[in-house]
Amino acid sequence: MTSVPPPIAMLAELTHRCPLSCPYCSNPIALHGKDTELETDTWARAFDEAAALGVLQLHLSGGEPASRPDLVELTRAAQEAGLYTNLITSGIGLTPKRLDALEEAGLDHIQLSLQGTKAALADRIGGYTGGFDRKMSVAKEISIRGIPLTLNAVMHRQNLDDLDRTIDMAVELGARRLEVACVQFHGWATLNRPALLPTREQTIATKKTVAEAEARLRGTLAFDFVPPDYYSDFPKACMGGWGSTGLNISPDGKVLPCHAAETIEHLSFENIRDKSLYEIWYDSAAFNAYRGTDFLPETCQSCDRLNIDFGGCRCQALAIAGDASATDPVCRKSPDHPKVEALLSEVMANPDDSFTYRKLARTPQ
Amino acid sequence: MTLAIAPNDRPYLPRGVRLHKDKVRGGTVLLAPEKAVALDTIGEAILTRVTGDASFAEIVADLAATYNAPAEQIEGDVQNFLQGLRARVFLMVAQ
Repeated sequence: MTSVPPPIAMLAELTHRCPLSCPYCSNPIALHGKDTELETDTWARAFDEAAALGVLQLHLSGGEPASRPDLVELTRAAQEAGLYTNLITSGIGLTPKRLDALEEAGLDHIQLSLQGTKAALADRIGGYTGGFDRKMSVAKEISIRGIPLTLNAVMHRQNLDDLDRTIDMAVELGARRLEVACVQFHGWATLNRPALLPTREQTIATKKTVAEAEARLRGTLAFDFVPPDYYSDFPKACMGGWGSTGLNISPDGKVLPCHAAETIEHLSFENIRDKSLYEIWYDSAAFNAYRGTDFLPETCQSCDRLNIDFGGCRCQALAIAGDASATDPVCRKSPDHPKVEALLSEVMANPDDSFTYRKLARTPQ
Repeated sequence: MTLAIAPNDRPYLPRGVRLHKDKVRGGTVLLAPEKAVALDTIGEAILTRVTGDASFAEIVADLAATYNAPAEQIEGDVQNFLQGLRARVFLMVAQ
């Protein structure tokens, strides 16, 4: 590649530990234990290298990043590196004292997840009794301090009918931004399609509700909407194109083009413990594997959307079409699109509201 | 709410939105929650004047004087630019 741009954003998955066990967690199914996690100094070096490489936005995520005792130190390191620092959290573990320390360390913004708008539903989805009430008190503490807040509402069949209330809640909590993030089927969500896939009617209603609320609340609440892509005509421009705008570091230091990239098993990923971020971004085989559009099949090459969606998501192409170089099968032009239709019909014929919760395996199977 | 900015309104960048010198790519970017917007020289000229103290009318007058351009023309451009940011809650105004 001759013209690889520097990355804009980095997702630092500080830990896979989490008090919640949401059945759609984007973490890989094989979770890393605490003993494999990068130490504070290595993260701090990664933040410095990221800033030098061109990263502007740092997302401190997990698992639950507040499960790291050194979260304040890491936030300070990120701030000192000159990065815009965003904390992606369930709120659990953020005491008022800790919020004060994070503010003092220079945290720029918090993205708070929302599993549902009522305790019964939210706690069932998160698999954590009392989680909703604790989250609401954290949200109030964030709001009192005036820390910029985004609410990240992860939506699926079991809570999409609550979207109106979700939007009202975002306004009440003083959020400036609401992500209506319909579950994308990677990681744990693939095990829970029968419980999570929305109906077509819900999908249509959701698009309408978001469009209306966006117009009504312009200037008060900004929206980011991720529609359920199985019902889309065209795929999402996943990661804005592989290895073009963002990267992800897993708790054990693997540097990935996206959080699901490890599902592409023929790729091997370099570790920040062994190599610089610069070398990994520009020179590693994994980052170069699906850069650009040359690898895409004729379906994409002859399509006027080639440089809009870059053929969609590589992980989804592998998961559904069986080939990571294929057109994302959610695209209606994809020869594999019938497989998406089949998944939808199968789930709609046999919906099942029970969850396989995310959990850390004690011994690898 | 209307996004239009009145002459006496004092626009400001709220907490969590700030200008940042991009050492790697050059130029200035506007950093906001989970977004980075690369600014052209006009955007940068406008936003460096958005201090929270200056009124919209003062910002337009300053730009018109600095770039020796008619205030009416500048006013439309600045209004459009700032309204776009206000729609995304990257900009707020004090009356």
